[in-house]
Parts: sequence; structure tokens; C-alpha cells
Amino acid sequence: MDIIISASPLYAVLVSLLAVVLIGVSGKNPNLRESWTIVAALIKFSIVVSMLPKILDGKIIEYTVFTMMPGLDLALRVDPLSMFFALTASLLWIITAFYCIGYMRAGKEKNQTRFYMCFAVALSGALGIAFSANLFTLFVFYEILTLCTYPLVVHKQTPEAVRGARRYLTYLLGTSIAFQLSAIFLTYFYAGTLEFTAGGILAGSASNTVITIIFVLFVMGIGKTAIMPFHAWLPAAMVAPTPVSALLHAVAVVKAGVFTLIKVILYVFGVDLLQELGLGVALAYVAAFTIIVASIMALRQDNLKLRLAYSTVGQLSYIIMAVALLTPSGITSALIAVMIHAFGKITLFFTAGAIYIAAHKTKVSELDGIGKQMPFTMFAFTVGALSMVAVPPAAGFISKWYLLLGAFEAHQLVLIGAIVVSTLLNAAYYLPIVYAAFFKPVPLGEGTEMHEAPALMVAPLVFTAIGTLVLFLWPTLLFDLAKLVLASVMGGY
Amino acid sequence: MIAHFPILVIVVVLLAAPIVPLVGRKNWVFGWYVATGATLLSFLMSLSLLNTVLTDGRISYWLGNWEPPFGIEYVYDPLNAFVLVLVSFLAFMVAVYARKSLEAELQPDRLTPFYSMYMLFVAGLMGMVATGDLFNVYVFLEITSLAGYCLIAVGQKREALMASFTYLILGTIAATFVLLGIGYLYMATGTLNMADLAQRLPDLYQSKVVLTAFAFFTVGLSIKIALFPLHNWLPNAYTYAPSVTSTIMAATATKVGAYALIRVMFTVFQPDFEVTVVHVTQVLIFVSSVAILAGSIIAVAQTDIRKMLAYSSIGQIGYITLGIALMNEIAMTGSVVHILNHALMKGSLFLVVGAIVYKTGITHINDFIGLGKKMPVTMAAFTIAALSMIGVPLTVGFVSKWYLAIGSLDAGMWYLIPVILLSSLLTAVYFWRVIDNIYFKKPEKENADEQTPPGISEAPALMLVPTFALAALCVVFGIFASVPVSIAEKAAVMLLR
Repeated sequence: MDIIISASPLYAVLVSLLAVVLIGVSGKNPNLRESWTIVAALIKFSIVVSMLPKILDGKIIEYTVFTMMPGLDLALRVDPLSMFFALTASLLWIITAFYCIGYMRAGKEKNQTRFYMCFAVALSGALGIAFSANLFTLFVFYEILTLCTYPLVVHKQTPEAVRGARRYLTYLLGTSIAFQLSAIFLTYFYAGTLEFTAGGILAGSASNTVITIIFVLFVMGIGKTAIMPFHAWLPAAMVAPTPVSALLHAVAVVKAGVFTLIKVILYVFGVDLLQELGLGVALAYVAAFTIIVASIMALRQDNLKLRLAYSTVGQLSYIIMAVALLTPSGITSALIAVMIHAFGKITLFFTAGAIYIAAHKTKVSELDGIGKQMPFTMFAFTVGALSMVAVPPAAGFISKWYLLLGAFEAHQLVLIGAIVVSTLLNAAYYLPIVYAAFFKPVPLGEGTEMHEAPALMVAPLVFTAIGTLVLFLWPTLLFDLAKLVLASVMGGY
Repeated sequence: MIAHFPILVIVVVLLAAPIVPLVGRKNWVFGWYVATGATLLSFLMSLSLLNTVLTDGRISYWLGNWEPPFGIEYVYDPLNAFVLVLVSFLAFMVAVYARKSLEAELQPDRLTPFYSMYMLFVAGLMGMVATGDLFNVYVFLEITSLAGYCLIAVGQKREALMASFTYLILGTIAATFVLLGIGYLYMATGTLNMADLAQRLPDLYQSKVVLTAFAFFTVGLSIKIALFPLHNWLPNAYTYAPSVTSTIMAATATKVGAYALIRVMFTVFQPDFEVTVVHVTQVLIFVSSVAILAGSIIAVAQTDIRKMLAYSSIGQIGYITLGIALMNEIAMTGSVVHILNHALMKGSLFLVVGAIVYKTGITHINDFIGLGKKMPVTMAAFTIAALSMIGVPLTVGFVSKWYLAIGSLDAGMWYLIPVILLSSLLTAVYFWRVIDNIYFKKPEKENADEQTPPGISEAPALMLVPTFALAALCVVFGIFASVPVSIAEKAAVMLLR
């Protein structure tokens, strides 16, 4: 495999940190301040895209930033797997940047400079995770992402926000220090390295018991995957302003979680080792449990954002289950779902924010007839919901199709049953909203004239909704990248 | 001139002690100039010594040209040159900071004596580090302790006197134990030179006298470093002493105690003494673990920031002794590097507290609400140091924890990892309460700005610069960790050889 040494990934990570400084000094001038965010987002995306052709050529880009101490390097590596997450996060940041402006100004939020600064740091953290070449680098950015999103969650500074943010931090920092760091210590001690290597680094380095313990510690320690019982931070984080919930808690933070887990499964343990120990199946069952329980919880939520949050918990576990199946189709499903679910879920959160700003409604039960008042928003919502339920022509269908294929390949009938049941549950908590919005009458005392949110909010959500459809029609890029990943981790598939 | 650096580095500070009251009779500011200048000179000389040690190896300096073991010998190796740089650097930083802080906290007529005592305190610490003679260690220990009692007793509140008295009693017991230990060793071997003792002791390891001496040393020094449960003197001393005293004591005094413990355990006695004869390591591992957890748990319960930091220090001392007790090079590296790391973190934190006291007089955590807006630079320093205490990567706290954890695994004691990480979590708990108050909590009453006295702004530059410098070093040495780690590794290899 060709390796290119280039600092591009470093620039992609740093560009938003530079923006932090510029945002900070132009806090007095909101238009200038927001334009820094957009400029940084565009530059970041173009750097990521500029690396894409080389990656599709089968090359790998590496860069060692510095050696912290012997054995611990801060090093970046761009491979096909990192592209899934990097493209998703950097593209959606541009769209969210516009949406943020509409939302924050329409909602007259305070402390906007702090908000934009932390948001930019979060994107550096996300790309750092995507590009990390070893567990140490990944851990560094993982913690940065946790810490810099805390001010975003606590943004409103009400007692409720402080409580929610505390829970957020407790779960994410707590699990990462208590379990993930222990797992990293053990990995380093037994394997002697933290470098991500296709096929894994742990095979043969320790007894099966120790490897099992390390695996369990990793699964528990990557709290950002929101696998049960470590999911409670995600609903708690819904106290944050909606753009935060949209980009961070539907895309950057949670996808950082599943991305980390995928990376650990494929590049620290390796498919063969996990298959031999039967750990993949065990994880898939935990994920199945999470999917079912989260779907039932989602059914019971009347608050729209909470319903979306529980839906995210469930959808993330689809990805976990998919990779845990350890079959080619399963892994493909996990990889493409990182991007597909991101597009669908960010659309849904955007619509929740638009409804809040335009109609001041937060509850599912208040949405009767809102399709007449906010047709664009509710069109986007419908597309997002169809993607979650996995109905064509929304992209969610593709990832669930491959998930089912993967489950068949692994001969896991119980898991297939769980996927079917959960799909029905998904339909049960999304489709009634669509039905109520378009077919139920508008409540008395409300007009039926169109009353949309500001254009800066509606345009992004329509864009991501269309993106969800486009990914269904032209998923070539996703499959090309997925093939490259499979070729490296499954040996010649 | 350079040939005499090994002694001048201490003499400069020691001589400053009587000069300060002479020049400071009319105006204390001149005393401050002398104190700051002396510590700066001493810092520069200790840097040069460290450089020489790293390039040319061990330095042996004969005091008055008397050949050891008859005369007193000053020995510099990677370990104590490293600690000496640390002590003199912090002494300088704190001296710079002291001008404004002490002016606000002490009566004017106590300023000059304070600086004089401060010089004695620092000279004592540096002497303990530099000397290769065991009796000389005791002499400097008493110098630094007596000066320390004074530095605490001048605190504003009456409780300071009681705190100082408690420390006086316990400190004297500790010093007496150390003296008894020295006496017994002299009785058994007839020498006081450490290198000489190291040669003669292995034949006498079974001697009851030697065993008793070792017991006196460990218990005496454990009191000095406030190893749980011998920590009783520390919380009140740190809480009621002037901010300057708390900082210098937290950052350097306990560290020098830990250094002395390392010296006695691994240079005077040899590593195999601890392993084969007294089995003290098992006990020390257990006690350290308890200290780490107990210190953190009690810190969570505190509402006064200085008490919180004090108990946190008790936990952190546990890290240092844990690394010592594990007896392998990785953990020992962690211990030695943690001496530096904790000094930077805790030093910075205590300086922040001093700045808050200087500006507002607040020490209660619940009253910190809104300080993030009013003192942004100071609070940034606090946040960086707090994250470092938690052990977030790219800060020095992570480096220490990394080496201690891998060292624990290397020693086959995986069960120490939960201890280390649990204490990290507890540290996160007690620091996050403060950070939440500083930045994210809204004042309960509507009239937000009335809560804290109006017009609170950033501390003066003389206080801000040292505070922020220490916090910044927490990140610098967290990123370029190989610099201190390589020195600490040399020290560890030398000690466990």
C-alpha cells in the first residue's frame, strides 16, 4: 500500500482551531464572526475532499505531529475508513453553520461567541478522531470533543441545563477515564503498541480472558456510542440548543463513538480474533437489546427532541450490531450508515429546531396539521423519518438492507427478528408524526397560512433531506470506500 | 566560579536571609528585590548544574575541600539536579508573585521578616536536596521546618497560630525521628556520608539497629510529606497560612520530603533491602492507595477551596509514594516526573486561589459564581491546571498517570489501575464543581453583578504572570513530555540499579 506523507490532515484538523481565535477576537461584530465559521467550514471540507482521490486510488496519507513520549505519538492517518466520518462531519458542518446563524439569531441566544468557538473546537476534535493513527491520538481528540461540547450543552445556563450537562459529562468523561483509559493501558502493556493496524494488534499477545476483558472495557469505555446502559447522556444532552443536538448529538459526537468502536474492532482486535472468541456475537446481542429498548422508549416520548434522541440511541446500535456481525455485508452496512444516518438524523433535528423557532412547539402531540403551516420543513421531516424506518427512496434503506444481509451471512436468526421488530417500532414512532402533520386538522385558533422558519434554517434542512435521497440514488462513493476498507481488514475480500 | 555552583546555589539564598532584613529596614520592597534576585540566581545556577549533570554525569563537590567521608559532600545526579531546578524555579515564581499578594494579606511590619524567613525556608529545602551527607539533611530539614512554622503562623486568622503549632509538634516529632534514624545508622556504621553508608550497610541489613533506623526514617519522612494517615497537620496549615506560604509548601516542601524518602530508600539503603529484608513495599503500596483514594474522597466534601486543594495534595502524594513502592523503572519514572508535574499543577492552583483572595477575599467555592467573566486569565489558568489534575491527555497529569498505570501493570498489580482511575474521576468531581461555578452557573438572585463586589477585575500582572506561566508549563510539559521524562528515566535507572 502506498503511503503519502503529507500535512493535509493536520491542516484539516487545525483550520477550525484557527477559526476559534478569529471568532474570539471578532465577538463584537456578529456578521464577521459568523463568516469565520463558514470560511473555516468551507476550507475544512475542501481539504478533506482534496484527499479523497488519493484515498480512492488506494493510497494512505500519514503525518506524525510530534512524539509526546517514547511510544506515544500524536499521529494522523487518513484511510478509507476515516473518510466516511471526515466527509460526513465536515460537509454537515457547512450546512449547520448556516442553520446556526438562523437559529441563534431568531432565538436571541446569549453567549453566542462562546458558542461558535466551542463549536469550531468540536469539529477539530471530530476530524482528529477521524484521522487518528493510534489509540492515544484518538483518546486525545475523544476527550477534547467531550470537554469542548460541555459548554454547548450547558449553553442556556439554567439549573436544568446544568443538570443535563453534568450528566452528559459524567457519562462521557466517566466512562472514558474509567474504562477506555484502562483498556488503552492494558492494550499498550500487552501489545506494546497503540498503532491501528489492519487485522489488529492484540492477537496472540495475551490470554483470551485478558483480551475479553479489554474488549468489554472498550465497549463500556466508548460511551459516545450510547449503547445501553451508557445511553442516558444522550437524552440529557437535549437541553442544548438544537443546532448542537443536530450536528453534535446526531453526527459528530455520536458518530465519533461508533467510529471509535469500529476502529477498535477492526484495527485493534481484528475480525479473526473476535470471531474466534465469539465476542462479536455477544456485542451484537447487546446492541439488539439496545435497539429494541430504545425504540420502545422513543415511542413513549412526547417531546420531539427526546424522541429523536432515543431514536438515535437505537440507530447507533444498528451500526454497532452491523460491525459486530463481522461479515462483509455487516461491516459495509456499518460504514455507510455512518454517513447515511447522519444525513437523515440531522434533517430531523433541523426540523425540530425549525418547528421550535417558527411555531414554538416542542411536543409531538402539538404537531397536528403543522404540515400546512410549514410544508418545506415537514417534507424534510418525512424524508428523514423514511430514512430512519428504511423505506426507499430514502438512503436508510440501503444500510438496513446490508445489515439484514450481514445478519443472514452470520446466520443470526434472532438478530434478524430483532431488526424486523425494531423496524416496525421505528415506523410506529415516526409515521404518526408525519400523518398528524399532513392529514390531521389544524387546532382551533391557528391559521392554515404558511409560516415557515427563517430561510437560513429551512434551506439547510431541505438540502440535507435531498442529500438523503441522493445517497439512495448514487451511493457509489460509499461502496467504493467500503470496498477499500474491507480489502484491508478482511484480507482480499 | 562555575566550579563552585554546587554550593553557591544554596549559599546565595541562605545569605539573602540576613541581607533581607538589613536592606528592608526602611522599606520592605528592597527585601523583596533581594529575595527575588537571589531565587532567580539560584534557579539559573541550578539549571546550569542540571545541564552539567546531564552531559558530564555525577558532580561531587567537597565542602571546604575536605575529603568525604570526613568532610561534607554535595552530590548532584539526575534525580536531585532535577528536583533542585524545580524547587528553585518555583521559589522564584512564588517570590515574584509574593510582592502584591503579601502586601494585601500581611501587616506591613511583617513583610520584611516574611521574606527573610522565606529565604531560609527555600535554602533549607535546596540544601536537603543537594547534600550527600545524611546529617546535613537533618540540619537543612530543621532550617526549612522552623522557617515553615513562621511562614504559616503569620496568616491573618487566629487559626493560623493553631495550625502552625500543630505542624510544629508533628514536624518536630518527624525531625526527631529522622535524627534518631541518623544516630542509629551512625552507631552501626560510623559514617554519615550517603555513598559511604550505601557501601557499608549491605553487610548490616540484619542488624536490629539498622532496621530500627529504617523505621524511624520512613515514619519521620512520612509525616513530613503528609502521607495519609500522618497528614493531620497539612489541611489547616495550607488553609490558614498566607497564599504564598501555601503555594510554596504545597509545590515544593512535600516534594523535597518525597525526594528525601527516595534517597533513603534507594541510595542509603539499596533496593534489595526493601525487597528482601523489610518488605516495606507491600505496606507502602497499600498505604499509598488508601492515601490516593482518601485524599480525593475528603476533597470532594470540602467547600473551602484551600481545604479542597490541601486534601487533593494528600491524594497526590500517594501517587508519588505509589510509584516509589512499585520498585520498577517505569513506575519510578512516573514518581519522579510527578514530583515536577504536581508542583506545577498545585502551584498554579494555589496561586490562582491567592489571586482570588487578593481581589475578592473569597475562598468559599459557592461564591465563585461569575468569576470566569471577571478574571478570565486567572480562571483559564485554573481550568488548565484542573484539567491536568484530572489527567486529561496533553497535560502533565496524564503523563504521570500513564507511567504509574503501566508501571503497575509491569509489577503485575492490575488492581492499582482502578485506584488510579477512580481517583481521576473523583478529581474530576471536585474540580468540576468549581469550574461549573466559575463559568456556567447563573447567580441565584437576579441582580447578577451585585453578588460579588462590583469592580472585580483581573489580578495585577506580577501575580498573573507566574500563575499563568505555571499553568502553561502544565501543557508544555504535557505535550513535550519527553523532556522531563528522559531525565526522570535516568534517575529511575540510577536508583534501581
